[in-house]
Amino acid sequence: MKRLVLVFICAVIVGFSGTQAAAYDYKVDDPYVATIVGTPDVLEWKEVPEEIDYELMGLKVFPDRPTPDVFWYQREFLYTLSYQKQAAPLIFVIAGTGSSFYSSSMIFLQKAFWGAGFHVICLSSPTQMNFITTASATCVPGNIVEDSQDLYRVMTKAWEQVKDRIKVSEFYLTGYSLGASQAAFVSKLDEEKRVFNFKKVCMVNPSVSLYTSAKILDDMLLEINPNLTPEIFDRWFNERITKFGEIYRMMKEPQLDHDFLYDAYRLLQKKGQTPRRENMAGMIGTVFRLASSTMIFTADVMANYGLIVPKNRVLGSADSLTDYFKVANHISFVDYFNDFLYPYSQSRNPGLTKEALIEGTSLRSIEPYLRNTSKIILMDNEDDLILTPQDMAFLKDVFGSRAKIYPRGGHLGNMTFKDNVAYMIDFFKS
Amino acid sequence: MKRALCLMLLTAFIFLAGCGTAPVRKEPEIPAKYPVSKYVKPDVTYAIDAYDPWEPMNRRIYNFNAIFDNYVFLPVVSAYEFVLPVFVQKGITNFFNNLTEVTNLTNSLLQFKFVKAVNTFGRICINTTVGLGGLIDVATLNDGITREDEDFGQTLGFYGLGPGPYLVLPILGPSNVRDTTGLVVDSVVYSMMIGQLIGHLGLDNTQEDVLNYSLTAVYAIDKRSNEPFRYFKTGSAFEYDLIRKLYLIKRQFQINN
Repeated sequence: MKRLVLVFICAVIVGFSGTQAAAYDYKVDDPYVATIVGTPDVLEWKEVPEEIDYELMGLKVFPDRPTPDVFWYQREFLYTLSYQKQAAPLIFVIAGTGSSFYSSSMIFLQKAFWGAGFHVICLSSPTQMNFITTASATCVPGNIVEDSQDLYRVMTKAWEQVKDRIKVSEFYLTGYSLGASQAAFVSKLDEEKRVFNFKKVCMVNPSVSLYTSAKILDDMLLEINPNLTPEIFDRWFNERITKFGEIYRMMKEPQLDHDFLYDAYRLLQKKGQTPRRENMAGMIGTVFRLASSTMIFTADVMANYGLIVPKNRVLGSADSLTDYFKVANHISFVDYFNDFLYPYSQSRNPGLTKEALIEGTSLRSIEPYLRNTSKIILMDNEDDLILTPQDMAFLKDVFGSRAKIYPRGGHLGNMTFKDNVAYMIDFFKS
Repeated sequence: MKRALCLMLLTAFIFLAGCGTAPVRKEPEIPAKYPVSKYVKPDVTYAIDAYDPWEPMNRRIYNFNAIFDNYVFLPVVSAYEFVLPVFVQKGITNFFNNLTEVTNLTNSLLQFKFVKAVNTFGRICINTTVGLGGLIDVATLNDGITREDEDFGQTLGFYGLGPGPYLVLPILGPSNVRDTTGLVVDSVVYSMMIGQLIGHLGLDNTQEDVLNYSLTAVYAIDKRSNEPFRYFKTGSAFEYDLIRKLYLIKRQFQINN
């Protein structure tokens, strides 16, 4: 009898999860694969215009700030605008860690929202080079509260720049990954400043705690080798980039942002080979490391902090940066936090403890706001790699019925999947 | 052509000279917390390393190219793309692809890659006749014969010549001494062929010159139009290093194939 009951229970569970799975067609059930491969073309949201009218806009956020010679090409803050001829809501989109509005995810969202009838302004992440050099007040990103103030300033100025040209009915806000966490803080700031009075905010795969998520991504490199030395990492990196020749031949236009490492995997998959799990974790970790090394180097130069580049050294536009690249690749985000962001924040705010800084850059610090505002929704995945089980429980608890949690997708793997895009667009349209 | 080239080089050097001013140091340097001396071993070759003895000059030319792209090349390309319907642009691309097949043909032969040579010869025949002088790439249709990708730089590599120092060419971008040599040789062969073709049209000297210049200009614009690369779009502070490495890897791969 007992066995029968057990069988029955098992059958129910299997049957139940079976129907659940059938309801959601995104089939990649390995979160690492999902994160790297994303959504197969045939399952992507199809109502995306092939071509998009967009304008590249430039802003002088801090007109008096000199541009260091080494960043001579970063003269102004750049963002993109796509607008409708008629009145429509304007959606601000915030990119994920280290990404610009040029990244493929951003271009996809821009097209999807524009195609659905919205005005769209795409903003690079406050951790991205162009943002740090031209629009960050401190030039040292990672403190979400300050980064969100920077975002708000940029959004306000961008709006001033375009408001005579477009008719806006309401303002919406969205972002993915770190951009989603920042969207929450920006929304909270907007409750005081009321420049936009955001009606709807959609957070896609946020990090709950920037520190925790960054540490998870840092640690993925250890799956290459638990005793990862600079030499082992360098050999690994060499193996990855050597695949580029083949990628170049297979793909007419290889992505040249940090994601290009993922193309090697997509290539292997096309050939019917499956890379090992630790390689996938290592690849995700490497992509994160490449993004964070640019962030760290840029912040170091801009703040003249002396982390990698000797303090007071003035780099020229033709100086070799190769050695700094090698050093930056050895610095994890946690190192950056401990050796740069925290002491730097502490020097301006003497009483600050490390725990307080970590807590302050977590969504937990604005929990009451997130719990009580009805304008913010969450779209996330049960198997998101940048969240701990506690983080996921926190999100489910705080957002309750405003949380849409998909069973699969890893970190952002399903963001361009048809159901997910439809969900976002429905939310903004309803 | 020569005059235009001189003008470009002159502009380049004026710009480069302007960039060369040494930055002023105000306060004494303090060693970094993660110093290069501790983390970079001089006797180790790292993944990102490349033989680049002329790096300062190359970086200046890289920067010049970015500016030229931004203020001259890309605006012209945009105007070109705006004015001409897509099918006309496609036709022009095909036309030049057909003309430059001569590079693929000669270099496939020089490397004894006879299958590639036969494929290329077949493409030229089909596209020049059925494809209306190369305007339509008939050969590629229906999983037909795809275009090969051989040049004299690869031929030199095939015969064992190393890449030599990395070199960023004004306007043309990443290269190395071997590939630049190859480029010159391929260009001479191509120009000779174009000269022969134009010679058969029965034009006078001035007309021939105008046609030749126009062809070169349209070829350059068409080539840029089909090249998605944009300077400083990678979002990496180490773009020069990454592009340098990826270029060299790509070329090595092409030589091996």
